[in-house]
Amino acid sequence: MITALRELYRYRELLAMITYRDIRVKYKQSVMGLLWAVLMPAMVVLAGVTVKYAYAVATQQPLAMADVASVAVKSIPWAFLVGSIRFASLSLIANTSLVTKVYFPKEVFPFAAVASQFFDLLIASAVLAVFLTLADTGLSWYLCWTPFLLMILVLQAIGIGTFVAAASLFFRDVKYLVELFLTFAIFFTPVLYDAELFGSRREILFLNPVAPVLEGFRSVIILHRPPEHLWILYSATLAGVACVASYLFFKRLEPRFAETV
Amino acid sequence: MSHLAIRLDNVSKKFRKGETHDSLRDLLPALGRRLITRTTADRADAREFWALRDVSFEIAKGEAFAIVGANGAGKSTMLKLLSRIMPPTAGRIHVEGRLSALIEVSAGFHPDLTGRENIFLNGSILGMSRQEIERKLDDIVAFADLAEFLDTPVKRYSSGMYARLGFSIAAHVNPEVLVVDEVLSVGDYVFQQKCLKRMREVIRSGATVLFVSHNLKAVCELCQNAVLLERGRVAAIGPSAEVVRTYLDRLTSSRAVPTNTPAYISSVGVRGRTGESVRFSSGETAWIDIEITAVQRCERLAVVLDLLDETHYSVFNTSTERLGHASVTLEAGQTYRCTFEVTLNSGNCTLHPAVIAYRYDVQREYDALSPAATIYVTADADVRGVVNCLPRVVRQDIVTKDGVVSLGASQVA
Repeated sequence: MITALRELYRYRELLAMITYRDIRVKYKQSVMGLLWAVLMPAMVVLAGVTVKYAYAVATQQPLAMADVASVAVKSIPWAFLVGSIRFASLSLIANTSLVTKVYFPKEVFPFAAVASQFFDLLIASAVLAVFLTLADTGLSWYLCWTPFLLMILVLQAIGIGTFVAAASLFFRDVKYLVELFLTFAIFFTPVLYDAELFGSRREILFLNPVAPVLEGFRSVIILHRPPEHLWILYSATLAGVACVASYLFFKRLEPRFAETV
Repeated sequence: MSHLAIRLDNVSKKFRKGETHDSLRDLLPALGRRLITRTTADRADAREFWALRDVSFEIAKGEAFAIVGANGAGKSTMLKLLSRIMPPTAGRIHVEGRLSALIEVSAGFHPDLTGRENIFLNGSILGMSRQEIERKLDDIVAFADLAEFLDTPVKRYSSGMYARLGFSIAAHVNPEVLVVDEVLSVGDYVFQQKCLKRMREVIRSGATVLFVSHNLKAVCELCQNAVLLERGRVAAIGPSAEVVRTYLDRLTSSRAVPTNTPAYISSVGVRGRTGESVRFSSGETAWIDIEITAVQRCERLAVVLDLLDETHYSVFNTSTERLGHASVTLEAGQTYRCTFEVTLNSGNCTLHPAVIAYRYDVQREYDALSPAATIYVTADADVRGVVNCLPRVVRQDIVTKDGVVSLGASQVA
């Protein structure tokens, strides 16, 4: 694994180039331009506001600005994770000519997919920052948690993305499974709703390792509280294990890529 | 080991023929069946296919080495193993130094990106660093002759421009070991000459070059040594001129008799004044003996004789019919024999006679053999090429400001 990582380091410029290509191709020639990065989270926010509104009507409480802000804060990381997994699962299939013709560490494809989605996340975050300033959610030292939470999120994206990239090369129906999974995962993750809704059953929801991270974002940005340390540790550990396991899995299968495609 | 760039020890590569399970939908039921019956493993052997079998050779540092062989002999598989795209099934491959491959070099292009962006993208795919590409950008563009289209998306390029840019990038990678697969089929004649020149430069710069091509002339010119692959095995290895000769000989002798035709070419021989020969002097006469055997009744048979140059380009073509001889009809079991007499009025060159037996009235081919033999022609004076125009210098002058100094003139006829 160390040699593999060292080789990946030698090809870091290639990783940068492929990321640049993915970003450039996406934004070039599209009228939407940079709005692309905001569109997906905006849709999630809209869906979240609808859910929250229904909840507010049902409980006969007014819809608070903080509720809208919390959906917005969680929708951007969620859009990043979903986008990363989706693009990573297609990244090897979309580049078969390179996979079969030239030697280089092939994990640059799923990694670049995650990196280009991260670029989208940065743009969307800038828009979010403006929105949060207008909504006057306030600042606190707990914001220092954000980079750490982002890191866990990136590790989760890499862990799942690398795995599905290799798997979908060997089994053509994996990409449909991924799509199915991504469509329904939002119901099992506190994006449109908040984890407190579950009351004491919250722990069950938190077994989904993405949930503590998303709730963590909400805690540190909106509620000005620290995230729940144990659950964050749980997510971080799982993400780390997933990354290592996926990477080993990917490297094990890599020699067979060219003859399988 | 230190003087070797590449060493292969008994390298074999096995492929599976036929369908493999490429979806979970197929795999899961198959796994279920295997748990119950356990017979799939026995049938797997029958579907295996060895693309390479026990291949061993060594290439010294700085050597230019060629791999030749018919389609399906295992050349491309060999290159994929060497460039580590695929692992060998058995055996060991040792490559010393940075290896770069020119295999379908425009594979990494993205149609929406401009030429410049694609140079950076493809350059880094081939292992160049950013500074290296920046430094070589002008050379790459000049070589591909695309300066004015540098900021145009490559999807607007013609296929020739596309290929030229691809080769140009690859040609400017400075690897210690360069693997070249049939890039000489790219571009027009001028660009091909440019490519050959660039390859010579790379060889001269001390890099080890591994070359795969059907252009046997280029193989002989560029490479000292070569290996001939035949159905995955090494059939010959040694100086490239000898290997190429072996290859051409085998092409004609190892041919399987075609079965689905009424008549086939059963023998082609080349004779000189002193008997069977492959070496001739310019201006000598050669006789090409052709035998055609009829399996069934074979109507209106005529024979074409084609002379090909080293690149298998036809330089001369004639036929029994065009020389004024009526076509013949053979009954099953009969053999037709004819002899063409040709004057080898050429310079130093290699010619490959090719033979086509065809039905004259409907222009349907019975059988073809190309190349059928090899002829080496040597000229007394150092004239090269497939035509000897019997040249001589009849006048030489030096023109100065003050007048003309004649170095001599001979009678002009």
